[in-house]
Amino acid sequence: MAIPQKKITAANIFQWLWKWIRQLCEWFIVGLIYLCGVSSIIFVFSIFYFVFREGAPFLRDCFDFKNFFLSPEWYPTSISNKRYGILALLAGTGSVTIVAMLVAVPFSLGTAIFIAEFCKKKTKEAMKIVVEILAAIPSVVWGFIGLMVTNPLIVKLTGAPIGLNALNAGIIVGLMSVPIIVSIAEDSIRAVPDGYIEAAEALGATRWQTVYRVILPAAKNGLLAAVLLGVGRAVGETMAVLMATGHSVNIPFNGEFPYFHALESVRTLTATIVAEMGEAPRLDAGMNGSFPAEARHYQVLFVIGIVLFVITFVINTIADLAVKGIRQKKV
Amino acid sequence: MEQKTNISIETDNLSLWYGKFQALYDVSSRISQNKITALIGPSGCGKTTLLRCFNRMNERFANVHINGEVKITGKNIYDPDVSLIELRKAVGMVFQRPNPMPLSIYDNVAFGLRIHTQAGRINRAQEAEAVEKALQEVFLFDQVKDHLKKRGTDLLLEQQQKLCIARLLPLKPSILLMDEPCSALDAEATEAVEDLLRTLKEKFTIVIVTHNMAQARRISDESIYMLKGQLIEHSRTAELFLTPKDKRTEEYIEGRYG
Repeated sequence: MAIPQKKITAANIFQWLWKWIRQLCEWFIVGLIYLCGVSSIIFVFSIFYFVFREGAPFLRDCFDFKNFFLSPEWYPTSISNKRYGILALLAGTGSVTIVAMLVAVPFSLGTAIFIAEFCKKKTKEAMKIVVEILAAIPSVVWGFIGLMVTNPLIVKLTGAPIGLNALNAGIIVGLMSVPIIVSIAEDSIRAVPDGYIEAAEALGATRWQTVYRVILPAAKNGLLAAVLLGVGRAVGETMAVLMATGHSVNIPFNGEFPYFHALESVRTLTATIVAEMGEAPRLDAGMNGSFPAEARHYQVLFVIGIVLFVITFVINTIADLAVKGIRQKKV
Repeated sequence: MEQKTNISIETDNLSLWYGKFQALYDVSSRISQNKITALIGPSGCGKTTLLRCFNRMNERFANVHINGEVKITGKNIYDPDVSLIELRKAVGMVFQRPNPMPLSIYDNVAFGLRIHTQAGRINRAQEAEAVEKALQEVFLFDQVKDHLKKRGTDLLLEQQQKLCIARLLPLKPSILLMDEPCSALDAEATEAVEDLLRTLKEKFTIVIVTHNMAQARRISDESIYMLKGQLIEHSRTAELFLTPKDKRTEEYIEGRYG
């Protein structure tokens, strides 16, 4: 039987073309969406690549674990004896983070519990908006508050010679990390199945007993993740910290009671990068392939960037695993 | 007078509204002590709502308004001087889906004791004894005695539901409310829970909501048939199923309605 042949007419050609155009469009759009999907992965890797590329010569030529991590001597611009020890900077970041978490954790967990369990619907809406506003305040404004409000307040209340110190920056950064902790902690409290709460209440538990004995244990992984993300925020914060710490290379810990002296000025990893990057020249290698000594300052700042990257990466990974822990248990 | 003492729960013209929707219409009933009373009726007839009135669990929802009285051993539990905590201690509740708390088996059973006794009033040995006794009463102890530290949520559904019953017992309640306790269980597990209920009724007044009419016939002594928020008929189970007085009850139990 002969197959009836389609006549080649203008209409047929048009139809055929149209089909192909539509197919191409389909591929194009799918490809575009795919690209958007993987872009965040590309961005992360390329950021790491560029930071690493700038810091690599230092890592290759003058990196020495002991002198880098365990020495508090940060003299990158010394003419005769340049020293790149970041111990004091690590201690500065650590001290600010500790104070920040001491401020932020009780406040934000309390707020999250209040929003999720204790307040009425209208209060809840209002509270959430206010907390979001807190997240929207630019960090330089927080820095201002550190300079102009908490600075004189700390001097007045504690008699410290200077109000720009680890305590000041810790308070500011703590308040800055409240919104992120609150929103994640509140989500994880609300994710506790109602059956648990009903069970406790039917046994005659009061509201607080229910929260303390059932809801918090059930939500603890999510709460841990929330706190860790807050820590990540505190470690990465730059501008407010630059303005409020006093920016002096100093280790606020020593063997003398109370071991941690929050009223001393400190300097953090992030603030060091932002303050010194402008005056560190990016120099190329000479003819023989070795860099001039002045080039190292720029490079070491990028190595600090790598250190920060690793710290936040580790914290985020732990937080992620903690959140996954909740999901697995629920199934 | 003698009959009066055998009444455990008494409702008097009880009406309930969720917002503008009226869920119960003038329900008056007398539920006898140490008997199993089944609440039956089609979905949405208000049987769960009525059950949740007996320990005031309806108050968890906003917009609930109640008229009338619920008397437990002669005292109206909606009086302002009634302590919700004491009420719920005396009236235990088992839910449709087994809902052990995300704690260990031991902690689940000890939970009630811990929240109701002041710190230091009860020592570890007494607590352990009460937990063991409660688990034995629901025939669960032999199965779980070697792993009391395991999470209650990891047990089989049947064991979870028994655990949910066991955790009520250390508080020595007088009434157990059960909201379709077997609907999430398979036939064998249902039988096990039903056997358990038969032994428990010697000590407790049991009110059970069930969708399963065969179950109501098997285990209950008295039945209450409800329809659209109204109590239609309340009598001994054998009578209600064999010679229903109301036409609507008859239609329902014959399967022509619902």
